[in-house]
Amino acid sequence: MYREALREAIDEEMERNKLVFIIGEGIAERGGSYKVTEGLLAKYGSLRVRDTPIAEAGMIGVGVGAAIAGARPIVEILYIDFAMLGMDMIVNQAAKFRLMTGGDGRVPFVMRTQGGAGGGVAAQHSQSLEALFYHIPGLKVVMPSVPADAKGLLKYALRQDDPVMFLEHKHLYMSKGPVPDGEHIVEFGKGDIKRSGKDVTLIAWSNMIPRSLEAAEALAKEGIDVEVVDPRTLVPLDKELILTSVAKTNRVVIVQEAVRRGGVASDIASIIQEEAFYDLDAPIEIVAGLNIPIPFNLELEKASVPQKDDVIAAVKRCLHPEQFTARAAN
Amino acid sequence: MQNAPSREILEKIFRTAYRIRVFETEGIKLYRQGLIRGYFHPYLGQEGIATGVCAALNEGDYVASTHRGHGHCIAWGADVKRMVAELLQKETGYCRGYGGSMHIADIHRGNLGANGIVGAGTPLGVGAALAAQIRGSDAVTVTFSTDGASNNGTFLESLNLAAIWNLNFILVIENNQYAVSTRIEESTRDVDLYKRGTSIGVESHQVDGNDPLAVYRLTQEAAEKCRAGKGPILIEAKTFRHMGHHVNDPGKYMPEDRLAYYKARDPVDRARNALVEICGAPQAEIDAIEGEIAAEFSDAVEFARNSREITAAEFRQFVADY
Repeated sequence: MYREALREAIDEEMERNKLVFIIGEGIAERGGSYKVTEGLLAKYGSLRVRDTPIAEAGMIGVGVGAAIAGARPIVEILYIDFAMLGMDMIVNQAAKFRLMTGGDGRVPFVMRTQGGAGGGVAAQHSQSLEALFYHIPGLKVVMPSVPADAKGLLKYALRQDDPVMFLEHKHLYMSKGPVPDGEHIVEFGKGDIKRSGKDVTLIAWSNMIPRSLEAAEALAKEGIDVEVVDPRTLVPLDKELILTSVAKTNRVVIVQEAVRRGGVASDIASIIQEEAFYDLDAPIEIVAGLNIPIPFNLELEKASVPQKDDVIAAVKRCLHPEQFTARAAN
Repeated sequence: MQNAPSREILEKIFRTAYRIRVFETEGIKLYRQGLIRGYFHPYLGQEGIATGVCAALNEGDYVASTHRGHGHCIAWGADVKRMVAELLQKETGYCRGYGGSMHIADIHRGNLGANGIVGAGTPLGVGAALAAQIRGSDAVTVTFSTDGASNNGTFLESLNLAAIWNLNFILVIENNQYAVSTRIEESTRDVDLYKRGTSIGVESHQVDGNDPLAVYRLTQEAAEKCRAGKGPILIEAKTFRHMGHHVNDPGKYMPEDRLAYYKARDPVDRARNALVEICGAPQAEIDAIEGEIAAEFSDAVEFARNSREITAAEFRQFVADY
């Protein structure tokens, strides 16, 4: 399971390096709201596994300071929405320190948090905010979609020297999947083909991977062969993997749960048109959340973020753009 | 005077205070000549605080600073050559010209850096103290903060974390009574900021920030208490700037009588007087120290002017993995 894979990564790295520690709200005795840190207090003690007051700017800032001073903190923020309280520490401190110090200062700081809709937890507990961090030079942005990647990427995050926004998804914690035995590390900037196919390249991350895979299976029954590309880390982005896939299929659909406006999908589309325009046989399709806060009502919530049918429809539009006259006329 | 510090300490305090005074006074001239660009927030008038605090700390301790950070850097033993080079955006500067006045840091020697965001040094300093605790070290971290920063949320959030975790952390509030141009009376009901520490169970003190010896003694006690597991400790040091917020702020909002009051209690003069009165240092010796420090600054300017800037190729390589 995704959450167990995360726990294994933290456990193994805490075992390996005494400078790795974790702080957050309710992560010690309670084991975290999503049970990721269960058992760590008993194993490593209260020096390295600590609960914090509800003080996000303080705990993120303290984590950044500890990282600057050579420790390897993991700060768990309960919801990505709450990370907004600590944005100065992330954006103005952690992200900038290395450049501001001419490379002398490094910030091996990992913020683990989770986002995404689907639980009926309304507008302040459901956002997908990766674009905010993607926009800030100096941050690494990691969005694992399956347990194996969750473990391998988190282990890598705890061994490199830049601030990492490790963004989990609240719907994935219970998801299952194989995790390789032994030392399993996934480097940043290496994407993964989650399903290979020849007709359309479908780029997605985090919880949009399982949703896209479901769509791909449904489309396979209609004879449409979709390749699902998971960049795994948005910064750094595995452009090579994306462009190779585009060169093969000549058609692209990008799926993101986050709102459409100013999103990572738009940026990936812009990279593809810059670097692979002549490989494209159809306009790039973007499937994204509506440009609104997430509503509480479950049906409205569903309507606000991409569903399987939205993905299927986009793939079909991409395969036959000429049939969608309104778009073709534009 | 009870428990006068040793001659060695008194001389160190005077040298540091004077070095800061020269750095700021001469630095402003370089700024006016157009050699230094960007922002320059002089520490003039506040020298007693950085000087007294840093003299009481040990190698291996940490300091975190503010936007008005030259004094802290110097008091922490920075190489004036590399500081001037940084202000002149040269490759030999502390940050190779990438940081400038507001971001000078010397991470290898435990200086976490100046900071362009008011209040940010407090959580960073608490973090360094936490890192020391995790390592099992007895290192103390001092964050130099300000009256302005004490109205920022991170003040409470991070000092409270230091308190519940018993960290070796000293928060020094340099209360110069102005947040840029806003008088402290306009930003808080109670201008005695040390009480804020007391209110969350942190041992807190108030001291005359223009008295470097008093600051030194108090910091020494605070550091000892921290190393004995009784941290964190808050020190409010009252002081006053000699000029506006930055070089281009004439500071007309600062009442003349207040300024005169504090100038009559000038921290550099007091450091000098202590050396003369307590140790009987002759005038010739004082003159020699002052001459030496002035020459050191001239050498630093020469060094910086003769240094090169980062090349475009080096820049591209440095930022390649962003």
